[in-house]
Amino acid sequence: MDYVIDLIRQLTGEALAPTTAAFALAAIGLNIHFGFTGLINMGQAAFLLVGAYGFAISLVNGLPLGLAVLIGLAAGLVFALILGVPTLKLRGDYLAIVTICAAEIIRMVGRSSILTDITGGSNGITGSSYRDPFTALSPLPDGQTTILWFTYDNNGVNGWWIRIVAWLLVALLCLIVFLLNRSPWGRVLKGIREDEDAVRSLGKNVFSYKMQALVFGGVIGSLAGIIYVLPSSVQPDALGRSTTFFIWTALLLGGAATVFGPVLGAILFFVVRLAIRTLAGDFIPASIMSNQQADQFSYVLVGIALMLLIIFRPQGILGNKKELSFSV
Amino acid sequence: MKPDTTIAGRTQLRPALLVTVLALLLGLAGSFVAVVLAPTAAHASGGATASCTVDSSTACIQGSIRTSEQEPATGVVLDVTGPGGFEGTAEVDGTGRWALPVTEAGQYTVTLDTDSLPDGQFLTNAEQDERMVNATLGANAGVIFQLSETEGATTGGAQASSFNWDRAAQQLASGIRLGLLLALAAIGLSLIYGTTGLSSFSHGEQVTLGGLLAYVFANQLGMNIFVAATLTVIICAATGFLQDAAIWKPLRKKGLSLTQLMIVTIGLSIALQYAFQYFFGAATVRIQTANPSTVTIAGVTLTTQSYVAMGISIVVLVLTGLFLTKTRTGRATRAVSDNPALAAASGIDVDRIIRLVWVLAAGLAGLSGVMLGLVLNGVNWMTGLQILLLMFAAVTLGGLGTSFGALVGSLIIGVIVELTNLVLPGDFKYATALLILIVILLFRPQGIFGRAERIG
Repeated sequence: MDYVIDLIRQLTGEALAPTTAAFALAAIGLNIHFGFTGLINMGQAAFLLVGAYGFAISLVNGLPLGLAVLIGLAAGLVFALILGVPTLKLRGDYLAIVTICAAEIIRMVGRSSILTDITGGSNGITGSSYRDPFTALSPLPDGQTTILWFTYDNNGVNGWWIRIVAWLLVALLCLIVFLLNRSPWGRVLKGIREDEDAVRSLGKNVFSYKMQALVFGGVIGSLAGIIYVLPSSVQPDALGRSTTFFIWTALLLGGAATVFGPVLGAILFFVVRLAIRTLAGDFIPASIMSNQQADQFSYVLVGIALMLLIIFRPQGILGNKKELSFSV
Repeated sequence: MKPDTTIAGRTQLRPALLVTVLALLLGLAGSFVAVVLAPTAAHASGGATASCTVDSSTACIQGSIRTSEQEPATGVVLDVTGPGGFEGTAEVDGTGRWALPVTEAGQYTVTLDTDSLPDGQFLTNAEQDERMVNATLGANAGVIFQLSETEGATTGGAQASSFNWDRAAQQLASGIRLGLLLALAAIGLSLIYGTTGLSSFSHGEQVTLGGLLAYVFANQLGMNIFVAATLTVIICAATGFLQDAAIWKPLRKKGLSLTQLMIVTIGLSIALQYAFQYFFGAATVRIQTANPSTVTIAGVTLTTQSYVAMGISIVVLVLTGLFLTKTRTGRATRAVSDNPALAAASGIDVDRIIRLVWVLAAGLAGLSGVMLGLVLNGVNWMTGLQILLLMFAAVTLGGLGTSFGALVGSLIIGVIVELTNLVLPGDFKYATALLILIVILLFRPQGIFGRAERIG
């Protein structure tokens, strides 16, 4: 019984971790691309990475926190514009290939030895070099706080302050997405998803709307990147292709084109993986499956889950099948 | 073969499979000749073996130097000076190792003689060609030197000029080698795209599978490399058959859209990558542990395996080309690529052709993986992942769905990747290829050989 309680504590802790919130934000951004507009962005991790770089490099060079956040978000905006101009007029799978390539280019340039002075090369930028201004903003007193079974430092690296900010942002963006979804703007996006030509025949500038969606989702992705690196460090290789695919898994799991789907998906993605890792590590002897193999096993299941989801329940847990169109 | 197969289907498929298998086998057989004729066998590379045994009165200053392609940097000379006016010289042996016994503890200085480096190789951080090391009696003291194929990583010295024709020729040859191996895998990707419209993100893992299977057969089970390669290609082709039978055909029947199918391949790719890590770990494994010998032709030095691999690639590519243009089934394949509905209407069994394409694509990708593993001196779980985007770049450059385009695109991408090293650090070599892909999509999205109406 103690074991079960302990496990539940671990799993709920993982569900509320800042990384989970960052993933949820990234999935919300991707949801605007894919769920609402039908854009197949396979480079969402790069939006996180440019956001994180813009934010961290600004702070390392002594800019104030607010400006650093703005620079991080602006980096996502510029990246979206650069991606969108050549590809948004092409068929969907071209956008997929271009975004995945552009994301790899960002990662490779970020980790290249030439830029070691700025980006830290493949070692990245350590969290301690940019975290302090954010921690200093905290209104919480120093020390530890326990709520239910969650005990964290108030202002620690992975503490209450970052958790509160991260989840408030998730809530705020859910609200924004909910409102936009009901706005005329959101209806045009869905129209583009359903039938681009029909929307065009109504006199709407489809390219412009697609670009707005790409930029908006990308900036949310950059915000996710900032949250993602605040409790850890900027690691170009941690925000590569796999991360993009995991964000997709989270989105499709929760349900694309829904408001809470991305959040639910991100939480489930981390919680289920931790559960698999923990259970496999505790109950399967190391001679059959080592701890490292248990981790890899959990990713194998992620891959299989993604395949099964998209085949049998493409609308995910919360989605509505009619709302989803994979038209390419 | 299913019992309900029509007679026409049988007669179409049999020669098709036969030609496919023959193409792959002939390629392998042809290479036997090349190996017999090659002057030096893989294990003949020379140099005295570095020998140093640690005991209570001896310490070994030692290290391992490999070129940027992870081949032993045989013949590199290291000068060691130390306490009491000690002076010694060590030379890197055929396994890439060097060692020097010393009998006095203390701080030693190891200097790498940059003139002895292989052509096209440069010391990383050349301003520090000295390493300080503390030797303790009865223990090994390791010294690390890292080589790079880019001069950008070196500063000062006689190698400051960044461009010379010898290096350009060397890089060009490496580029053609990469391009040929890339083409083997890319043609499969292109055929799959052409016949089904699917951008298969799991094609990279087919390449990895080939390399890892070859490792199991050749290294773990000790088979002859050609037997191992043949077995690998057959098994890989079988995985293509099984995949189409178990996954892709049912999904086509189920009416999944291409985007959904693409995401299925992404899921498959994730699952396979981590399955490879599960069974083989994250480290690079070597298919052949013997040291590769090198052959210099016209000033270009490549390993024997590289020449053999390039030869096999050319033979297999030519056979694949002949198959697609000269045989009935090959022509049917191109007809399906052109217009599946029209092909079906004119009596071609589209499902059979697609099945054949999957078999061919998986077999070619496996062969590419075996040879990449041999040429790059190792294979790991992300070998295919790394070249997947290069394959996409090659296929798009040549024109999505056109096989000849995939070949030309692969060669161009391979050469560009390697030539990038002449002017930019190695970090950028893949980035350049991907940038070119984006530029192509911007200005000529149908690629070199594609037709404009292919894109929407």
